[in-house]
Amino acid sequence: MKRFLVLLILCFTAPIAAQTGLPPAPYADRQLDDPKQEAAARDLMEELRCLKCQSQSIADSNAPMAGDMRSQVRERIAAGETPEQVRGWLIERYGNWVSYNPPIASAVTWPLWIAPIILLLAALWLARGRFRKTKDGE
Amino acid sequence: MSRWLLWLPLVLFGIFFAAVATGLIMPKDNIIESKMVGKPMPAFALPAAVEQRPGLSSADLTKGKPTLLNIFASWCVPCIAEAPQLLALQQAGVEINAIASRDTPEDIANFLNRWGNPYARIGTDTTSKVQLELGSSGVPETFVIDGDGIIVHQHIGDIRQEDIAKLIELLEDAG
Repeated sequence: MKRFLVLLILCFTAPIAAQTGLPPAPYADRQLDDPKQEAAARDLMEELRCLKCQSQSIADSNAPMAGDMRSQVRERIAAGETPEQVRGWLIERYGNWVSYNPPIASAVTWPLWIAPIILLLAALWLARGRFRKTKDGE
Repeated sequence: MSRWLLWLPLVLFGIFFAAVATGLIMPKDNIIESKMVGKPMPAFALPAAVEQRPGLSSADLTKGKPTLLNIFASWCVPCIAEAPQLLALQQAGVEINAIASRDTPEDIANFLNRWGNPYARIGTDTTSKVQLELGSSGVPETFVIDGDGIIVHQHIGDIRQEDIAKLIELLEDAG
């Protein structure tokens, strides 16, 4: 029984030890003192993609790398950079991929903006025929 | 005309089905390449990770000789797998510098004692700051850098036996 318990405990401790043992970067989970800057940093973090857990924003992710990115965002904004400068700095390194707010005027990302409009127009056009028919039936 | 239109929803469904099916059959490509390839090394200076080797700064990478920059960590299993390949590259005369990602001096020293130390310099990057500067998104990663400090190539993941020849060729081309 004792052995089983030890094994059970080991099962739960091993995954914790499997990742980096270092504490998070200084501003990974600590807010900036200036509430305006913190709000700007927070808004930007919601729009930056985590590199490790790729369908989450860095604001949502617990990955150590996401914490390091949050800390970088906060430190840069505290140093006076605008959110767009910080976003640009990351895009320069990782491409548009890293931002959840892709540019409209880019060869790869413009369909993301145009496709919903085209689909909506197509839906209206399809629906138009239906409405006309019901009128005729009356 | 309207007869043809009858088929439109089916065609649309076909396209939708094909998109979903390819997403299921082909695994998602999760590799994010650095956009820093072809650009100069960003300026940085990292303190020494262990006593036996000096720290690493960007000035160390512009000394006229092509080098490899390996990003590793003691907590990273593929880094163990690539250790013999790095030692082979070092024995072939390649200068390898390293950045230890989110690691403690004791753990790095244990890792090097156990799996070998092919590095000339090791800088410690405890908050991934330089890793983010490089556009790197994980460990292990290896950058080929020419003598002027321009990043020539990024190798993502562990270096396998079959990658050694290509890396040496890239280093020779960069020289």
